[in-house]
Amino acid sequence: MESASSVSRDIGQALAEQLPPLTANAAAVEADRCLYCYDAPCTHACPTHIDIPSFIKKIATHNLRGSAATIFASNLLGATCARVCPVQELCEGACVLGADHKPISIGRLQRYAMDYAREHRSYPTVKAAPTGRSIAVIGAGAAGLSCAGELARLGHAVTVFERRSLPGGLSTYGIIALREPVDIAIEEARMIEGLGVEIKTGLEFGKDVFLATLQKEFDAVVVSAGLGRTPGLGIDGEEAIVDGLEFIEASKTGAAALKVGRNVIVIGAGNTAVDCATIAKRLGADRVTMVYRRTDREMSCYEHEYDFARKEGIEFRFLTQPARVVLDGSLPIGLECLRVELGAPDASGRPAPTAVQGSEFVLAADQIVKAIGQVKPSLAAQLGLETKKGLIAVDASFQTNIEGVYAIGDCIRASGAASTVMAVQDGKLAAAAIHQQFAQRAEPVEVN
Amino acid sequence: MADLRINFAGIKSPNPFWLASAPPTNSGAQIHKAFEAGWGGAVWKTIGAPVLNVSNRYGAWHYGRQRMLAINNVELISDRPIEINLREIAEIKRAWPDRAVIVSAMVESKPEAWRDIVRLIEDTGADGIELNYGCPHGMSERGMGAAVGQVPEYCEQITRWVMEAATIPVIMKLTPNITNIVLPARAGVAAGANALSLINTINSIVGVDLDTLELTPSIGGKGGHGGYAGPAVKPIALNMLAALGTDEIVSKSGIPISGMGGIATWQDAAQFLLLGASSLQVCTAVMHYGYRIIEDLCDGLSNWMDEKGFKTIADVSGHSLHRVSEFKDLDLSYRAVARIDADKCIKCDLCYVACNDTAHQCIDLISPQGALVEPRSYDVRSNGKRDAVETRPQPVVREEDCVGCRLCYNVCPVDDCIQMVELPSGRSEVTWSELSEKQTQVTEDWETMKAYRERVGIHIH
Repeated sequence: MESASSVSRDIGQALAEQLPPLTANAAAVEADRCLYCYDAPCTHACPTHIDIPSFIKKIATHNLRGSAATIFASNLLGATCARVCPVQELCEGACVLGADHKPISIGRLQRYAMDYAREHRSYPTVKAAPTGRSIAVIGAGAAGLSCAGELARLGHAVTVFERRSLPGGLSTYGIIALREPVDIAIEEARMIEGLGVEIKTGLEFGKDVFLATLQKEFDAVVVSAGLGRTPGLGIDGEEAIVDGLEFIEASKTGAAALKVGRNVIVIGAGNTAVDCATIAKRLGADRVTMVYRRTDREMSCYEHEYDFARKEGIEFRFLTQPARVVLDGSLPIGLECLRVELGAPDASGRPAPTAVQGSEFVLAADQIVKAIGQVKPSLAAQLGLETKKGLIAVDASFQTNIEGVYAIGDCIRASGAASTVMAVQDGKLAAAAIHQQFAQRAEPVEVN
Repeated sequence: MADLRINFAGIKSPNPFWLASAPPTNSGAQIHKAFEAGWGGAVWKTIGAPVLNVSNRYGAWHYGRQRMLAINNVELISDRPIEINLREIAEIKRAWPDRAVIVSAMVESKPEAWRDIVRLIEDTGADGIELNYGCPHGMSERGMGAAVGQVPEYCEQITRWVMEAATIPVIMKLTPNITNIVLPARAGVAAGANALSLINTINSIVGVDLDTLELTPSIGGKGGHGGYAGPAVKPIALNMLAALGTDEIVSKSGIPISGMGGIATWQDAAQFLLLGASSLQVCTAVMHYGYRIIEDLCDGLSNWMDEKGFKTIADVSGHSLHRVSEFKDLDLSYRAVARIDADKCIKCDLCYVACNDTAHQCIDLISPQGALVEPRSYDVRSNGKRDAVETRPQPVVREEDCVGCRLCYNVCPVDDCIQMVELPSGRSEVTWSELSEKQTQVTEDWETMKAYRERVGIHIH
């Protein structure tokens, strides 16, 4: 294996943000190309319904402060979403210029406006008077920060409890740096703090902080704890397999600890798996192979991610099911696999893979990474929250079966399509619902 | 292959395109280059009284990505010594005998000054003289240019002095900075001018710099009105051209008109010809892209003429003038409605907002299920391209309520998506003139008007 130091030396450059910022001229040209649709489909397609034609028009008229404010009005995490949103599936996919022309580069224009906001500290402020209400938010990921920020804008006092040492959740730890650098996610959390939100890090829910205490101290509790670790494969030698989320995390915040093999296998075919494979490839692996038991038709990563991976020189082994890690002492030297045949659709609607007995073969590898999703939160059971398909069950206002306890983000929705922007919208809608419920309760409010 | 040659008041050129009197015709070297590129003629930048110029003399009006939709200038007439200009004019005419070389002139409003300049120009062998009565800035403050062009009596007087002295064709150039363009044109006819040309530049201030709060462009902290030209002024120029072509005195005189004002493409050129021009002058488009644009001006015009069966420029000239009408002679019973082609429509809804906010509220949004829906009626939790595209309503014109105003047609960004379709109105043809003559009360009294509308079936929504 490469020495850790040589990896960390090159990491910044190898995983530098993939797309450069638009130049002022490129942004102006692109902004002028926008037709300024009325009741625009891009706005409908955006889960947070940003008024996209308006923010683009404001770029065209050099009103960048107004452009950023338009984005923040609908989405406080505009800087992250500009980078990580699957725009092909959302706003840009709905652009009316898509059919005969090229859709407007909405994501990159949004980033242009958000970069301006960051450079000029042109951030939202709280205009509402303090309400005297307080809310605890569990988890400083996209959903939690969005909800906290929106509640703060409405005049409520918000405290966010975060298990990790840094806020930002997957934006900080789980998305490859070439799509979103760490400092963007951290700065976004700082912006939320600027709205008066207190973010307390290094405090784990259920260990350092308890629901019963929070219920006493706060008027509402919002659980945005995300999902768990990568699930087990249940194969021999699994202890030698690297957890994909930890692999990405090391590439972003713990470069010194990151080890990258020369011949790397990534198990899985989602966006996180592509991120893992890209990190390995960019940080010195000679060969990176993604192993997936179905085919490219069933992969859960976006089509543009698959294209990207192929351009990176990443190889694919489809219809291949890992069976055993081949070890030399404690170090992996290969992955024994079985050939797979696809049968009738399973519960997920995709063809059920069936391993062919006796078809064992070994793929050589000196590092194996798994990125096959995240386990569902164990929190629900601990707290006595009702679940739906293993996820926390909520009503239309994001309230759980316990009054005053809400849940948002990945812990109520299986991670997948557009999870970040969906989480932001959850946070926004939940904040509005909580605010409304406070108003309906109309208890006398004591303002300090 | 169409014949592009013209004979304009005795001035011949191989095509109708002349460079207008302006910076592109400032020197012999430039015009030599222009003639090499294929220009049929050039009107030499105005010579005459001594001048000094300033920096930052050109402003411009940009719109969206389109640079220089119009230019604005405070450049004066030629600041080169007059004898150098005269020598180069002679050299150019000798080198290019088949091209039209016209010299623009502007001197003090004294008969001897004009006689002298006419003699100097004729000595060069030039084909014609253009009288610059148009310059709206600088020269007008000294009693020249637009100061003459804005007073028909002055135009007539000076043109008479020139006509007494001149033996070559004289073109009188009109300023658009006047309430009625016909009056100076008639003055030109009365004075015996051989031809007219229009339009010169329009008074304009381009803008104010929002950082410095100075005018744009700033000339040492100050600025002022300058002459406005380029594609943005074309409709103004066409209107003035048509006004001359439809004026009885001007049109009956048979005086030829050289048209200019925003010609940038062969389509513009064809439109000027159709409304009565028989020579064309170009400046701003050349200042933007260089002399090379002459190639497509000629090529495009020639191809279009072939397609339309026009053999000569004279065939085209004035061909559409009989279509120019006053409002009072328009058919009030003519009915057209907008129709949106759903297959071409990209559902930008610009027609919808334009109609509903500012016109006649007759475009509806119809959901894929056929229901009438309001804008933004989707659920707040609906998202993704599929939701957005598949549930997006279609704008549809309620034809029975459509007054055919044509606003939607104009804002639609897709070619041929919205058509103005003629429908029978069920009413017999009638003009305002006829109404006011035969049913005077209808045109003077609201109650009678109401009764008339009810009788013939005109509903105002």
